[in-house]
Amino acid sequence: MARAVTTNRKIINTTAAWAIGLLIFFPILWTILTSFKTEAQAIADPPIFLGFDWTLENYGVVMERSNYMRFLTNSIIIAGGSTILGIIIAVPAAWSMAFVPSKRTKDILLWMLSTKMLPAVGVLYPIYLLFIKMGLLDTRFGLTIVLMLINLPIIVWMLYTYFKEIPGEILEAARMDGASLREEVLYVLTPMAIPGIASTLLLNVILAWNEAFWTLNLTASKAAPLTAFIASYSSPEGLFFAKLSAASTMAIAPILILGWFSQKQLVSGLTFGAVK
Amino acid sequence: MSLKVSTLLSACAVTALTTAATAETITIATVNNGDMIRMQGYTDDFTAKTGHEVEWVTLEENVLRQRVTTDISTKGGAFDIMTIGMYETPIWGANGWLVPLDNLSEAYDAADILPAMAGGLSHDGTLYAAPFYGESSMIMYRTDLMEAAGMEMPDAPTWEFIREAAAAMTDRDNEINGICLRGKAGWGEGGAFITAMSNSFGARWFDEDWKPQFDTQPWKDTLEFYVGMMNESGPPGYATNGFNENLSLFQQGKCGMWIDATVAASFVTNPDDSTVADKVGFALAPDNGLGKRSNWLWAWALAIPAGTQKADAALQFIEWATSKDYIELVAAKEGWANVPPGARTSLYENPEYQKVPFAKTTLDSILSADPGSPTVDPVPYVGIQFAAIPEFAGIATEVSQEFSAVYAGQQSIDEALEKAQALTADAMEAAGY
Repeated sequence: MARAVTTNRKIINTTAAWAIGLLIFFPILWTILTSFKTEAQAIADPPIFLGFDWTLENYGVVMERSNYMRFLTNSIIIAGGSTILGIIIAVPAAWSMAFVPSKRTKDILLWMLSTKMLPAVGVLYPIYLLFIKMGLLDTRFGLTIVLMLINLPIIVWMLYTYFKEIPGEILEAARMDGASLREEVLYVLTPMAIPGIASTLLLNVILAWNEAFWTLNLTASKAAPLTAFIASYSSPEGLFFAKLSAASTMAIAPILILGWFSQKQLVSGLTFGAVK
Repeated sequence: MSLKVSTLLSACAVTALTTAATAETITIATVNNGDMIRMQGYTDDFTAKTGHEVEWVTLEENVLRQRVTTDISTKGGAFDIMTIGMYETPIWGANGWLVPLDNLSEAYDAADILPAMAGGLSHDGTLYAAPFYGESSMIMYRTDLMEAAGMEMPDAPTWEFIREAAAAMTDRDNEINGICLRGKAGWGEGGAFITAMSNSFGARWFDEDWKPQFDTQPWKDTLEFYVGMMNESGPPGYATNGFNENLSLFQQGKCGMWIDATVAASFVTNPDDSTVADKVGFALAPDNGLGKRSNWLWAWALAIPAGTQKADAALQFIEWATSKDYIELVAAKEGWANVPPGARTSLYENPEYQKVPFAKTTLDSILSADPGSPTVDPVPYVGIQFAAIPEFAGIATEVSQEFSAVYAGQQSIDEALEKAQALTADAMEAAGY
């Protein structure tokens, strides 16, 4: 039986939720606000919250100085490509681990996750040398492969968790009805796991979009995505915070919009199976 | 007549074809500093003159350092020109990672490069990078506050005078700090400042046998003076202040004096950004009567990595970007105060440039810095705010973290110096010194 919630309790919960939400969102809000200030207003002490002369000058300077569309295109291709490629590999892998586990399945899962425990810089030189030999330096293809490999353990783990929630009997029934393995995965398993796959997909697009170690170290000018675009506006000798904020806002805008429109799927996928 | 016209047309066609055949796209890695950004805006001038296109990769200084070091040490060839400093150039030149700049054209006039800059960007007498702009450090001070304090800034003050003036200018009620100095951890931030300052107190990083010297009295004197003065007259939280934080404080009128890079002079005197633009004076960095001032020497320079396939086009770009013509191009479009400073002797002989208020002190600061003899007692290394050995960046970053902990009140000066001595000795022993 559901517990009765008083109106007062509801008001407190809602207020607390909004306060926490605003606190988490505040750095992004501040970045967006700073992008509309002049450089002098950006460093004003005490800081100016809303009472400043709003200007689009920083956006004009950034658009004039940088080829934003090229960075954006690279980000879309690299983040999207690495996620789709990862899902294609991870779905069968997670299926086998969830429905036909072996003695070593748990070990394999842990081993996959352990690759995330190594600091990225530890393998920078070997990967850099491989990229030189294979002609992959500063290519979108090379970066797509690297980001896919980096995020693959997370994709497999997430899908494995979702697949474990699906009763094996349903797949068994499909098999008894004569479904092949491909049909079982494609037409039975995948539709049931759509919320999980969607949230995995979204989360990995966000991770790949924001990845800033490999995308900076393995690119120069041709394949550089939006992380390199932001880095180009950071300066240790000169105050360019307003321009840096404009560049950051332009870099995060696409992913913020995507997150906003898909928040329902994201939340339902992330809480999938949380309440039994 | 028609023969002449056809000959002319043929010549044009041949020139066009040759240009088209040899036109290349070069990739340049650079930092996001004002002068570098300005240079990117004039790339069309270079393309019009040579036919070569330019792709820019602009990164934050530390990211750039890591990025270009990875590429050059693996001969990756991702860049045709790299923007590097005085620390990397002699080390990379010695490693054979850079193309020697020994075939610069006569018109370029390499002899015009300031000797201190050319010396710091060479190894065994060979130039490996051409300075785009150079800097030293100097005092920038508020003339109105100095006057109100009843004091007059000498052209070449001592540290004692600076401490006295800082105390006199400090007005805590009105948030005015007598002096703003770097305290932020990092070998290129607070580490650079305290190393340059220590030179004037008679300290040094290593003796002639590469033995660390943090257990000597001059280092203790340096830190005691710095901490004492900053606690009396510095801004709150100075342990985390670097160049940008102090620039922000000075531009808002919250610093009486600021000792930092000469390149900051154009920022603090720019009325668009600075509230004190018309009240700034300049003087040489202080000394302690021991024969060495506390100013450093640095240059952002353009070098060609040995792995490039486009060395000729890269050399053409370097000649264009660091030429006298480029300086004149910027002066014509944006005024003399905005030309890249500190690289060429002829700039300081130019009567128009001599009218810029900070030109003379900048030149005097650069000329008084000697990377070959940076300290009172002899040392085995080259460099003023650094020692040009590969191990320095790592060691100095850790040492500066220990010093920043002192500034933040987390440990004593003796503790920090003891740790600095131990960690430097360990690192040098491990490196085989």
